[in-house]
Amino acid sequence: MSQASLHVDIQDKQLLLNFSGDLNLYTITKLQNQADTLNTLEIKSIEINLDELSYLDTSAAIFINNLKSQYEKQGIEVLLCIKQEDIESTLALVQNISSEPLSTAVKTPSQFLESFGKSIYEYYLGVVSFFNFLGNLFATKLHYLRSVKKIRYKEIAFDINESGIKALPIIALTAFLIGLVVAYQSAYQLKMYGANIFLVDMLGISILRELAPLITAIVIAGRSGSAFTAQIGAMKITEELDAMRTMGFDPYIFLVIPRILALMIVMPILIFVADIMGVIGGMLIANIDLQITTGQFLERFTQVVDIKHFYIGIFKGPFFAFLIASIGIYRGLRVKNDTQSIGFNTTKSVVESIFAVIVCDALFSIAFTNLGI
Amino acid sequence: MAIIEVKDVRTVFGERVVHDGLNLSVNKGEIYGLLGPSGCGKTTLLRELVMLQDFAGGHINILGHSLESISHTEAQKLRREWGVLFQAGALFSSLTVAENIALPLVEYTDLSKKMIDEIVAFKINLVGLKQVDGSLYPSEISGGMKKKSALARALSMDPKLLFLDEPTSGLDPISARDFDSLILNLRELLGLSIVMVSHDLQSIYDTLDRMAIIDNKKIAFEGTLKEVRSVNNAFIQTFFREG
Repeated sequence: MSQASLHVDIQDKQLLLNFSGDLNLYTITKLQNQADTLNTLEIKSIEINLDELSYLDTSAAIFINNLKSQYEKQGIEVLLCIKQEDIESTLALVQNISSEPLSTAVKTPSQFLESFGKSIYEYYLGVVSFFNFLGNLFATKLHYLRSVKKIRYKEIAFDINESGIKALPIIALTAFLIGLVVAYQSAYQLKMYGANIFLVDMLGISILRELAPLITAIVIAGRSGSAFTAQIGAMKITEELDAMRTMGFDPYIFLVIPRILALMIVMPILIFVADIMGVIGGMLIANIDLQITTGQFLERFTQVVDIKHFYIGIFKGPFFAFLIASIGIYRGLRVKNDTQSIGFNTTKSVVESIFAVIVCDALFSIAFTNLGI
Repeated sequence: MAIIEVKDVRTVFGERVVHDGLNLSVNKGEIYGLLGPSGCGKTTLLRELVMLQDFAGGHINILGHSLESISHTEAQKLRREWGVLFQAGALFSSLTVAENIALPLVEYTDLSKKMIDEIVAFKINLVGLKQVDGSLYPSEISGGMKKKSALARALSMDPKLLFLDEPTSGLDPISARDFDSLILNLRELLGLSIVMVSHDLQSIYDTLDRMAIIDNKKIAFEGTLKEVRSVNNAFIQTFFREG
């Protein structure tokens, strides 16, 4: 990189600043520091000599101008020596249109109580706007479902495949592993009491009733709910949603309802697959670890695991699906006009839908227990 | 003196040949236009010039560096010597306008915070924005302001060479003319050389010194506005029809 230097000469009460070389972005900091160390208490006049400069960029021109005005403020007479026209014009350009940078207001760190209150209030507003979205969905859009013709079957089928069928392998694998792990951990405990066969009761009820629906919902929230948010958010940024509205296509009918319906339809099927895979995982461990043969396992299974556990698990599916899809879409519609917003809302969508699913599951648990199911 | 030389450049996307032997040269201090019908590869050529895209054959020489054999260090150095203005601005949405402009200064120089603030304030003024605009985020400003902010960012390192991709597209006619005169002014004030892709006829008449028209994979014409009308080419005849 090119070099620049500052040669300082003091004669009597006159200071001579002789700049030479290439004065640009990369070289001025050094010279700035050098100029700052100069003692100008005794000095009456300063000559800034730029004759030997080979180049001066606009940043360096700002530096020279600042230097000049700084000395003038101290009551020192400043003389600029410039021969080259282009350097003079750069200086003039900077002088003409330079301006003071706005002093950025220093943010005082807000008090804990204040920021806590603010975030709670924002959270409250978020909840309100989510209910706003739900209200809008139920009050004005759901009547489209009454006429069979208006349902967008093609979109629903597409979304069933996209966010349901394509998620089958990962859900199957996850459920299988969960069945395996639960069986493996309990096998060790049950063996101590010689209560090997009770593994079947435990596995059957926990997987069919709780684990399979929850695991499926969590995987779907992470996989498909986030995809809803990102898709709809990107469409919002590219103004596709606005384009649809101007053409008279209601985004709720084209994008929102098909996705919610698709997920509600496919979720019970996914839970059914998760049931099967989870039980197979448990059966494998029962066979290896507790020497319960497949035949024994299945026989005991039909005896002790009531069909209602299976139905309850499946029954939860559409509710979880509705929560995941509506939160995902709601978050997508909340995306603002910048790229950061997509990431933020996608994260929020996954966190909130998993949370909502678990809360919903807890409510079901209480309700079913009280109903004696 | 030519600062950009393009020789026999060939570009192929899969099976499709986009450029088949392009030749052109841009001189120092010129405002040079890349013109042509949609899909002729103007923006592709611009992307090749700024090393965003490889080309299949030929030579490109920019500011004394040949792009086909440039080392990483030299390429990094070259990238600081030009500014690029993208069609939609491409401002970083997580940073304010002022932070966008300051970014190259912060990353590449050892300037003090105060000095950087002053340089940024100067660039903001230079492109005709207000100082208060500096504290806004890209999502909070209009299309015209985005272009100006992006131009200020492109100018933040005092480049010698500026690439503009459709600088006036998406602007209203008044802002577009303002942008043209801004570009002319900057060329005058800072001694820039400018290469731009444009469709805007008024902007072409007002700003360009010379131009290249790409049509049918080749350069159909290279020269000044005066010379262009005498060329016998369907696109040129329609585009520059006296109206």
